[in-house]
Amino acid sequence: MNEFLLMGSYGVYVWSSFLFCALVGGYQWLKPLVEYRRQRALLRRQWREEALR
Amino acid sequence: MNPILKWLYQWAIPRVLFARIEAGLPWLSALAAVTLLLGLGLSFFYAPADYQQGEAFRIMYVHVPAAWLSMAVYVAMAGLALSVLVWRVEVAQYALISSAPIGAAFTLMALVTGAIWGQPMWGTWWVWDARLTSELILLFIYLGIYALYEAIEDKRQAAKAASLMTLVGLVNIPIIHYSVIWWNTLHQPPSLSKLDTPSIHIDMLIPLLVMLVAFKLLYVVWLFLRVRLVLLLAYAHSAWLGEALARKGEEK
Repeated sequence: MNEFLLMGSYGVYVWSSFLFCALVGGYQWLKPLVEYRRQRALLRRQWREEALR
Repeated sequence: MNPILKWLYQWAIPRVLFARIEAGLPWLSALAAVTLLLGLGLSFFYAPADYQQGEAFRIMYVHVPAAWLSMAVYVAMAGLALSVLVWRVEVAQYALISSAPIGAAFTLMALVTGAIWGQPMWGTWWVWDARLTSELILLFIYLGIYALYEAIEDKRQAAKAASLMTLVGLVNIPIIHYSVIWWNTLHQPPSLSKLDTPSIHIDMLIPLLVMLVAFKLLYVVWLFLRVRLVLLLAYAHSAWLGEALARKGEEK
């Protein structure tokens, strides 16, 4: 298994490629998700305050 | 009206689009994640090592889908740009501008994984050959479209300008695709566009096709996430959005 994970002398190239894509993809996935939840919470709070007034 | 056409037209209504995104996103996200995991499993454990490149060829399983999507997203954006300019579909501008950073991300993935693959196989990270250079230009076009949209305050004008730039930049797509045929390049000729006579073994092709499907699903999920956020900001004071969010809150 260790030998497979190291992938001979090319392991560092293979893993760094996949890791880079995971980082870029993870950012693409999480950034709008977190921002949406933050904005939705802000909006709900705003509506609650307006309703109380 | 034909029910299928009606269903398609309804995507252009912000309220319907928001509701469909909210309903479809969890399923699509799960499907994309499962397909991606399957593709990664096949890429690492099913595909045999290449007889010349050894394990390094596995970079192909992220490089090729990323490169393919970098062009496919642009073609989709050109269709959206037409919808903005010709039919003045409002939600098309949201999808267009949401696609630009996603397309840029796929292009960046293709460029960086290509450079990482090039170092052990070609002996260099980068060469100014036609394929690599035209792909780099694509990255700049994506960033340019996004920057142009953000730079103009009136968003209706911004959408028109970004749409025009998208259509002008479309000329780069056939250049990228045919660059390896029209010019002598270090980059290999296309291997996916001739599936009837594939130049790779079926055991290596299957994981690649699964990864392609996974990347396409990822595009849809990321697009939905961004469009949902844009709709939330654009329609923050609409009654329908308040009702939709209230319903969502009650469900939880």
